Amino acid sequence: MIVTIASGKGGTGKTTVTVNLAACAPGAGVQVFDCDVEEPNSHIFLKPENCSKEPISTMVPEVDMDKCTLCKACEKICQFSAITTIAKKVMTFPEMCHSCRGCEMVCPENAITASSRVLGDLIQGTNSAGIPLTWGELRVGEAMSPPLIEKVKARINPKAISFVDGPPGTSCPAVAALRHSDFALLVAEPTPFGLNDLALTVEALKKLDVPMAIVINRDDGKSRVIDDYAAREGIEILARLPFTREAAAVCSKGLLLVDEIPEMRLRFTELFSTLMEKADKGGERK
Amino acid sequence: MKIAVSSSGNTLESDIDPRFGRAMNFIIINTETMAFEIKENTQNLNLPQGAGIQAGKTVADLEVEAVITGNCGPKAFNVLEAAGVKVITGISGTVKDAVEKLNTGSLAYAGGPNVEGHWV
Repeated sequence: MIVTIASGKGGTGKTTVTVNLAACAPGAGVQVFDCDVEEPNSHIFLKPENCSKEPISTMVPEVDMDKCTLCKACEKICQFSAITTIAKKVMTFPEMCHSCRGCEMVCPENAITASSRVLGDLIQGTNSAGIPLTWGELRVGEAMSPPLIEKVKARINPKAISFVDGPPGTSCPAVAALRHSDFALLVAEPTPFGLNDLALTVEALKKLDVPMAIVINRDDGKSRVIDDYAAREGIEILARLPFTREAAAVCSKGLLLVDEIPEMRLRFTELFSTLMEKADKGGERK
Repeated sequence: MKIAVSSSGNTLESDIDPRFGRAMNFIIINTETMAFEIKENTQNLNLPQGAGIQAGKTVADLEVEAVITGNCGPKAFNVLEAAGVKVITGISGTVKDAVEKLNTGSLAYAGGPNVEGHWV
């Protein structure tokens, strides 16, 4: 079962919720996948050991100008201007390439072959509590994160319980992380920005056909903006995490809330069982 | 000399468009006679990405010798360089003023892009 933790807005507590949920369920066989490859941080809290690292590449075209007849078939099929003919030359822009291999397929002269470029690293390790963590680290300066996210997700064992820590936003990286999830847990903060970006993610999830529920983080006990929205949309709120200085201090030290604050362990343990129940039902729905 | 100037309008009095890839129009002008024509850039204006590459191709296909614009990124610059088109960046004001400055030799060709590439 794959549960992806998403939010829309950045900094609402996706990683906090992911790592603490995983840490409060020892023996449940939970695996964690940090798909926020632009700035992964689950490892700061889970502290995996004996990590292995491998570079991840993506396909980019290489043109053999001896075979090329400048027919422009590659240029016409490319939707991203990643390959283009100019002044009797074929220019490629690897950073624009989405690795669809369309140019390679349409070239009548077989002048295009697959080359590759490194996107980043895939890192794996297991912490002292036995929680395996897999994450991606996008190369600095790289903009193409979905292929790396997909490589991280390829390590998911579908029989285990997998928590995917998603990237913020609702563009390609967030969709790559959320796609094919059995359930999405949306971490929302009760602010106007939190609400705006939550609503965008909810719309995306409806299209992706992923069932969802909400966790309110930094609940000040006053604002009802998320509650009102959730009621209108018919989305269940599974937990409320209080806005406290103590919790912020624990997170800032890279420690787990469930280890440092007994009340938080209670809330996360409860959330874990409710979430498993809902996600099971969500899975059956399909 | 035939050159292209990125412009937000369609006359010689129009302002130079600071953007190259997503310029409103290109004014294709003969610097000796000041005769000009308009090449619309509407299609590129709406591209999600790769506008600089396409705009570079558009003006290169018109066989201009140089481009005058505000900002030119690395991908557009590479296309123009490959096509042998010289680039003058950092120019503002009207199209006419820029061409007159070029004619008096007071504009310098750029050796590289003057802005970073940007993403969606």
